[in-house]
Amino acid sequence: MNIVVCVKYVPDATGDRKFESDNTVDREGVDGLLSELDEYAVEQSLQLKEKLGSDGGDSEVTVLTIGPAGAVDAIRKALQMGADKGVHVQDDAIAGSDAFATSLVLAEAVKKLPHDLVVCGMASTDGGMGVVPAMLSERLGLPGATLGSSIELDGQTLKIRRDGDTATVTVEATLPAVLSVTDQSGEARYPSFKGIMAAKKKPVETWSLADLGVDAGQVGLEASYTAVEETQARPPRTAGEIVKDEDGSGAKALVDFLVSKKFV
Amino acid sequence: MSTTTRKLPPFEPLDPAGIDDLLTADEKAVRSSVRQLCADKVDPYVADWFERGQLDDPRGLAKELGSLGLLGMHLEGYGCAGMSATEYGVACLELEASDSGIRSLVSVQGSLAMFAIWRWGSEEQKQEWLPRMAAGEAIGCFGLTEPDIGSDPGSMRTRARKDGSDWVLEGRKMWITNGTIADVAVVWAQTDEGVRGFVVPTDTPGFSAPEIKHKQSLRASVTSELVLDGVRLPESAAFPEVRGLKGPLSCLNEARYGIVWGAMGAARSSLAAALSYAGERIQFGKPISAFQMTQQKLVDMNLEYTKGVLLALHLGRRKDAGTLRPEQVSLGKLNNVREAIEICRTARTILGANGISLEYPVIRHANNLESVLTYEGTVEMHTLVLGQAMTGQNAFR
Repeated sequence: MNIVVCVKYVPDATGDRKFESDNTVDREGVDGLLSELDEYAVEQSLQLKEKLGSDGGDSEVTVLTIGPAGAVDAIRKALQMGADKGVHVQDDAIAGSDAFATSLVLAEAVKKLPHDLVVCGMASTDGGMGVVPAMLSERLGLPGATLGSSIELDGQTLKIRRDGDTATVTVEATLPAVLSVTDQSGEARYPSFKGIMAAKKKPVETWSLADLGVDAGQVGLEASYTAVEETQARPPRTAGEIVKDEDGSGAKALVDFLVSKKFV
Repeated sequence: MSTTTRKLPPFEPLDPAGIDDLLTADEKAVRSSVRQLCADKVDPYVADWFERGQLDDPRGLAKELGSLGLLGMHLEGYGCAGMSATEYGVACLELEASDSGIRSLVSVQGSLAMFAIWRWGSEEQKQEWLPRMAAGEAIGCFGLTEPDIGSDPGSMRTRARKDGSDWVLEGRKMWITNGTIADVAVVWAQTDEGVRGFVVPTDTPGFSAPEIKHKQSLRASVTSELVLDGVRLPESAAFPEVRGLKGPLSCLNEARYGIVWGAMGAARSSLAAALSYAGERIQFGKPISAFQMTQQKLVDMNLEYTKGVLLALHLGRRKDAGTLRPEQVSLGKLNNVREAIEICRTARTILGANGISLEYPVIRHANNLESVLTYEGTVEMHTLVLGQAMTGQNAFR
């Protein structure tokens, strides 16, 4: 069983976010890390591998990322958690790619790897569009089971639970398939010291666009369908509204508030 | 003069000098994992453990610490993680940022009990104990200090006498971390050949370890007395080679090194609490962080914290290079615990009355450090060790 888990290297959300003049994220002044939402994808990949155990033959989890030189840190974290090897697609021409262009590069990289299952997080913690898993499934021509909050694998059948606002649906797909998992799929493990030591010896390959047979004109800011026109800092938080219950009207005020926000 | 057009990295209030640059990726990974474990398993509960003077499940916690790889992490082989001294130090800092008692549990297990067996034990002793201790399935303690003997362990009264091929131990040990919950005790005793070390399974008849109550410090840590009342052990329980105080002192040197880092963890936690509190506490119409006297305190705390971390890191690099002298460990322990307790006390004043509440970590850290100040060598002893090293004059004998 070969699992490819796609991860993204994102700016640390706890730091200040800055943008370049072309409205792309300034990565220089900020520490990057493995997107927290992708940790769930790594966790589920590792759990599937562990459940298959020796029965599944030699299962292998490959971490795939696209990003600048520092993105190898995201791969390293996943290897420390327990993934087996890494592939880092690095090419200056990719900078500024939107989800459409990113999914093209990911798809071409996945095609070069043995894959029974491709696992993604539900969205990145920076761009947050959440469309790459569906695009990837389309580009690979594989069934896509997205936004799984619990994941089961029975032979060649992948079964996920997807929790919607009003209903929970069960989605089945036959391998090979693309899967994305939510932050409800199970707490991600953190690397043990043995994992940190073992990761030093795990192989990481670096591929360029040429290695994937992708033309530089198909990716990057110029080739992207979407562009960020403008960015604005979020307005500072305003003080909350305090309801004082002096004449017995407090409960009604609270209910009115909840109704006005469509919470009830 | 060289100029550069590189963009400046952001200013980190809790790392004003940018010491993070000096840590390797692996050291940061260790830090991140320990921080996460503490956030999950310690921080939500530790104030309650401290208040009650009792850990909920020390054995369960030891297994958690073991599964991460924290126990005996800087030892090689026998199921230990084989990490560097600097990585061990970084881990101690994070543990003690949660609580000195939790760092003590790890220090005593790894640097005292496990190190003693790893360094001085027979192959059979190592095989029997180290893998289980590394996994946190067996807990160890270390008996050197006695009710009447602290800084002068050469005068210890606990005695081991030969009876046929057996050893029989008589005596008392005091202030022993992990004692009551331990599966194995490393006990140092006088013999006709000088001080020797013994690996004592705690279910041996004649051994008991009543818990010490009424502590106002390290309340989230088990502290015990060891009573050795005719404890009969086979010859194989003794450490085969080592004689004299070199045995126990080599172990103490390991644990003290961890304290050099750990103390800065308690300091960081208190500094962070004070900085955050000062920004939120409004008096006379503005946050108290806007007053010059509060800023003076915060900056002075941060200067000493920053210097202490730099010193710890430097000593860690020397330890990894094999060039760390015991006097340098004394220097680090003396300085960093002294400054850490001062930082915690200053933080206490910034928090006003809230500073004495367990709702904040500050008074807990300050109280804990009262123990750390004197255990593993008092201020007086480390001062005299350095005084002797500087002057060539021995002032304590």
